[in-house]
Amino acid sequence: MNTIKKALGILWLLLGPVITYFLFAGAVHNIDPDGKKDINNPVIWIIIITIFLPIAIGLMIFGWYALKGEYSKKIADQ
Amino acid sequence: MKQVSEAGVLRKVIGASSLGTMIEWYDFYIFGMLAKTISTEFFPEGNSTAALLSTLAIFAAGFIVRPFGALFFGRLGDLLGRKSTFLLTLILMGGSTFLIGLVPGYQTIGIAAPLIVLLLRLLQGLALGGEYGGAATYVAEHAPPGKRGFYTSWIQTTATLGLFLALGVIMLVKMNMSDQRFNTEWGGWRYPFWFSIVLVVVSVYIRLKMQESPLFAQLKSEGKVAKNPLKESFRNRGNFKMVLLALFGAAMGQGVIWYTGQFYAQSFLETKVALHFDESRSILLWAIVLATPFFIVFGWLSDRIGRKWIMMAGMLLGILTYRPIFNTLLVDAGTDQWNTEISNSQVKKETKPLANSNDSLLLTATHIELSNGAAYTKVQTDTLNAATGAVLEGKPVIRDKVLPQSVYWKFVGLIFLLILYVTMVYGPIAAFLVELFPVHIRYTSMSLPYHIGNGVFGGLVPFIGVLLQTTFTADPLVGLWYPIGIAALSFVIGVVYLSNKIDKDVSD
Repeated sequence: MNTIKKALGILWLLLGPVITYFLFAGAVHNIDPDGKKDINNPVIWIIIITIFLPIAIGLMIFGWYALKGEYSKKIADQ
Repeated sequence: MKQVSEAGVLRKVIGASSLGTMIEWYDFYIFGMLAKTISTEFFPEGNSTAALLSTLAIFAAGFIVRPFGALFFGRLGDLLGRKSTFLLTLILMGGSTFLIGLVPGYQTIGIAAPLIVLLLRLLQGLALGGEYGGAATYVAEHAPPGKRGFYTSWIQTTATLGLFLALGVIMLVKMNMSDQRFNTEWGGWRYPFWFSIVLVVVSVYIRLKMQESPLFAQLKSEGKVAKNPLKESFRNRGNFKMVLLALFGAAMGQGVIWYTGQFYAQSFLETKVALHFDESRSILLWAIVLATPFFIVFGWLSDRIGRKWIMMAGMLLGILTYRPIFNTLLVDAGTDQWNTEISNSQVKKETKPLANSNDSLLLTATHIELSNGAAYTKVQTDTLNAATGAVLEGKPVIRDKVLPQSVYWKFVGLIFLLILYVTMVYGPIAAFLVELFPVHIRYTSMSLPYHIGNGVFGGLVPFIGVLLQTTFTADPLVGLWYPIGIAALSFVIGVVYLSNKIDKDVSD
């Protein structure tokens, strides 16, 4: 199990930049000053990217900890 | 004798905490439920500044301010105590709600109106961010070992009961006046906001009589209160990794399952399935009434078999059954499925001039009632060309469906299942979060992952649903891939990294 925990760490580490890329790509693709839907509104995208960027970084840190075996230690068993 | 008095104290602790938390949810929901009227009164169309403020009021309050509220009040709760902090959040929430009901409309005070409303809405988000962690911690720190899941599950029912109360109060006001009187500047829509102050005064009175959490009181008497809870929560590697684990392995999945079951389902029934408003609301109310006791059942069960697998089972069921359930809702509501005779039909025709054109719209609304009690309205919108007299036929749209009895109860059953998943992920999570963190930084540490999971991941379910629907137009269920994907990610992380062991001693 500890090997799986560590190996999956690489996946979480890579998932952070992938999410960030899709967020920016989604914003560029959908922002439209003439559009009337929420997804066309730049302010909403700014809010979402601002809040999701630290979360994506958090996922990378989580992956790093997992890779380093931090979650394989006894402390996870609480 | 001692046991009787302890049980009495515990009942008061649970009652006082749950009542206050339910009121906070009520306050937060009425703004959303009355969004249409509020938007007309404070954020009129055609004014770009008002539109910007409206966007901030709707999005920023949930996504940004709630996690900040968790940090701000979590810190206070770990420094000053649970009781005084969640008393403060209750007053802040109730005061803001009451004041929203007193702000004059845009017609009277201009741009100051949306600015004040935005400020008060942000205060609401801040207060909500601080409330839950305090109530859950307070109850958990009173609960005896072996019953923590059961006692905290009462707090978990409050989000659903708050929704109920908000719906009930608004419906009661609406039933007693015309739509016109309800929607005027100082009309009935303000009453639910004013009513909040009564609820808050009662709840504050009850909470004032409560004692501080025994674990925090002990910590304080021993001089072991955290000096800098934020630093100790997030800059201490050992604790920060548990915050990340709580977020990605539990709260994130719980948030999307919660929103999909309670809100996405409601909006799906109204917009995609095109049910009549009363029909969709009554289905939801039945499902909520039947499913709410399961918050307690799963909280209780988590004390016996552990928290992890109940939460994971709720996520897995959502992942596997969301698409079949929502697809059934869509297919079974198709009027071509109801092979029964028409018992009555009424046709209403109306002609409307088209803006900036000589052409006009011909609206034909046919209300059809079937012999099995079902009904629907078929609306055909054709365009009449003024120059040639030609009629361009539009695609008929079916709306305001009233389901046949058998289909109605099948829908109640399906929505009940969706809310049952909510009770599985949400019932045990308060006890799970409390047990994950040490007492001196518990309020701060558990509040942040909870509010990011619910406010951000859960709150984005409708937005990402629209985003996916706009990109992939062919699949009416495409919006479900967001909650399914997030729940799947959380499920894998939870299964691999979480432990099912119950921490018996939360005083460390």
